[in-house]
Amino acid sequence: MRVPFFLDQASTLAPRVDALYYGLVALTAIMMGIIFLPMFYFLYKYRRGNKADRRPIRIPTWKIEMTWTVIPLFIVIGFYCWGSSVYFEIERPPAKAMEINIIGKQWMWKLQHAEGNREINQLHVPVGETVRLTLTSQDVIHDFAVPAFRIKQDVLPGRYVVEWFKATKEGTYHIFCNEYCGVSHASMIGEVIVMSPAAYQDWLARGQPEETLVQSGERLFRELGCSGCHMGNSQIRAPRLEGVFGKPVPLQGGQFVVADEKYIRDSILLPQSQIVYGYAPLMPTYAGHVTEEELFQLIAYIKGLGNKQPEYMK
Amino acid sequence: MNIIEETHPPPPAKLEPDYLEAGHTVRSWLLTTDHKRIGLLYLFSIIFFFFIAAVAAGIMRLELLTPKGDLVLSETYSKLFTLHGVIMVWFFLIPSIPTVLGNFLIPMMIGARDVAFPKLNLLSWYLFMAGGMFALYAIIAGGVDTGWTFYTPYSSRYSNSHVIEMATGIFLSGFGSILTGLNFIITVHKMRAPGMTWFRLPLFIWSHYATSLILVLATPVLAITLLLMALERIWGIGIFDPRIGGDPVLFQHLFWFYSHPAVYIMVLPSMAVISELIPCFSRKQIFGYKFIAFASLAIAFLGFLVWGHHMFVAGPSVYAGLVFSLLSFLVAIPSAIKVFNWTATLHRGSISFETPMLYALGFIGLFSLGGLTGLFLAALGADVHLTDTYFIIAHFHYIMVGGTVLGFMGGMHFWWPKITGRMYPEKMGQLAALVTFIGFNLTFFPQFILGYLGMPRRYHAYAPEYQVYNVLSTAGASILAVGYILPVIYFIWSLHKGKKAPANPWNATGLEWQTPSPPPVHNFYETPLVVKGPYDYSPEEEERKLEERHG
Repeated sequence: MRVPFFLDQASTLAPRVDALYYGLVALTAIMMGIIFLPMFYFLYKYRRGNKADRRPIRIPTWKIEMTWTVIPLFIVIGFYCWGSSVYFEIERPPAKAMEINIIGKQWMWKLQHAEGNREINQLHVPVGETVRLTLTSQDVIHDFAVPAFRIKQDVLPGRYVVEWFKATKEGTYHIFCNEYCGVSHASMIGEVIVMSPAAYQDWLARGQPEETLVQSGERLFRELGCSGCHMGNSQIRAPRLEGVFGKPVPLQGGQFVVADEKYIRDSILLPQSQIVYGYAPLMPTYAGHVTEEELFQLIAYIKGLGNKQPEYMK
Repeated sequence: MNIIEETHPPPPAKLEPDYLEAGHTVRSWLLTTDHKRIGLLYLFSIIFFFFIAAVAAGIMRLELLTPKGDLVLSETYSKLFTLHGVIMVWFFLIPSIPTVLGNFLIPMMIGARDVAFPKLNLLSWYLFMAGGMFALYAIIAGGVDTGWTFYTPYSSRYSNSHVIEMATGIFLSGFGSILTGLNFIITVHKMRAPGMTWFRLPLFIWSHYATSLILVLATPVLAITLLLMALERIWGIGIFDPRIGGDPVLFQHLFWFYSHPAVYIMVLPSMAVISELIPCFSRKQIFGYKFIAFASLAIAFLGFLVWGHHMFVAGPSVYAGLVFSLLSFLVAIPSAIKVFNWTATLHRGSISFETPMLYALGFIGLFSLGGLTGLFLAALGADVHLTDTYFIIAHFHYIMVGGTVLGFMGGMHFWWPKITGRMYPEKMGQLAALVTFIGFNLTFFPQFILGYLGMPRRYHAYAPEYQVYNVLSTAGASILAVGYILPVIYFIWSLHKGKKAPANPWNATGLEWQTPSPPPVHNFYETPLVVKGPYDYSPEEEERKLEERHG
């Protein structure tokens, strides 16, 4: 049997997390020493029947108490800052990244690349490139974890969550679902295959799909009838969607909301919940008519609709 | 503590029968309002539940000997870990020390004849048992597969198991907890003997007081949470399921708002026991009495503000994460204060190593490691990698088994002579304490490494590279089982064959030792008058006595 002790460091985050981890291991060792070396000494020296000075001590105890209150306080605040700075890095995906959409369902992962390539329980990525995963769940809460990359994120139904990594080492690494999701939870596993950029291009080409993600979205946009109102010279007045992604949208009632993935999703499934200022609440819901995958494709299309000034800003 | 006898001569040896002799019928037990007998009712109940949950854990450990899921189906495994979690948390750990030792000792330690509301105390036990029966029914009818955390929307929509029955069981036993907490709070406020001021209370009472506050304030939130989950499951009212307009993370907020303080419900009473054992077996005044007392309250208070650290990867805002992380780090401080004060108490003591002391020292070791590994999980950057893996499992077992169970065992040995009037066999006790300590560490230490290597929890089948640590862990579990079974055997043996216990076999200072073993029905022949603080021990005097004995 193999006795593994170290875990692959296969992403840029891994060394940062490990430094913190081993820092905490060192702190634990030191604190255990500070508690137990004196303790064993006392247990030995002051065991009953052993000759020792047992007169009460004559120093003010509050000074001792303050010492072991204040020093640990500073230590934990130090580790708090360290832990938080690593967390900031984990939680802030770099702006420019390769995008992959992932849907979790009982009990598998369905993945789609921007080029349109689809995978199940496998994720092929090139080494050295920043990859941004956008995830959602179709049923219960799952969790997408890659221990070798030190990343983990609960995948919630009805929401989009984001994870990112930049692989530094070619190889095959575990994907685990880390949130209990039903009886076959343990089989909701997969692997990340980190390849050289050339091999990755090869892999993409071999699995060449008919449409890219954006093309699928464009087709759906027409087929579902979205273009009828949101595009061209429609009779019905609906907000135009060019360049809207990532910008603040004014709502009825005076608030603003940033048009992110979640906003677009809600606008398709729950159109009455956020009405754009100056428009009538005419749009019917598409809940039950579009799948999670199709939502991802529509979002990709709307994201790609150029950076033209949105209509309401003119 | 010294008791000033009143002027008339001491009372005859038997004014009234001891509480065990007071009635031998089933009725005399099931309708008793004596806090000591209720404590024993709880003792039998929780031991029963403990062994059910322990057997479930045993089967799980056997399954995990090999990477493939070859012993039980994944469905069975899910039901086993749910059973283990639910029964251990709500039907063993939470009631363990408060309802057994707390019930037995709180009135005696403060010099009272009973708790403030004896009938309510009995009602608590019936609620607890009613809850337990619902839980058992859910298990026998086919089990529950949601995990003890009941995360939505799995529990409220997708699970095809007996979720409602199990939740009802927890709901009912929760009311037992609330009433026990209420009873203790009022008992401590209103029933103290003359002269028993707040700062003359044993630390056992302070810790139980803090625990009771949590029981009363947090448990209702659990009841509400389970009720909302049941509403969604039965009638489809959209609260947590996003498909019908709910928010699944809301459930987690509500659940952990109870369940994190619940950790302190488990560990504070154990600290209560340790604070009695350490001074007694080192014959020393406890070091930093007020600091330990207020640390208990600080832990109870801060415990309410850290629930979010269970959800760092559930997608909170980064800033919410920062706040919960800081507060979680701060909980370490009062815990550290306690550990340092216990260690300092040993300084210049006259230390002996009877079984309760061995458990107490074991507690300090395991609790310290459990607490320090908690810092890994409070540190946001490390938590992301470690959460939901075996690291978490190891961490909370160090706190709950290493903390609560060792404290419970230490307390049971210490007060066994008082409870039963018999001594347990000392050498066997020491052996069991040692076996437990070794078995525990072998079971759970390898799981820290497994967690760092990434093995997720709640998997019945796992990647082959994790096997060696799982084999070690299973080996440890079998040793741990011996450590649990030994005391059961010699405790039962001691009931008939054990040496008769004197009133105060440990020469301890608490009021509970100033009355015969086992105590009379109303605890004291005369209401004690307290003139000194607790822990009036002298190591020098102890050494002098030892010298005299040896000539």
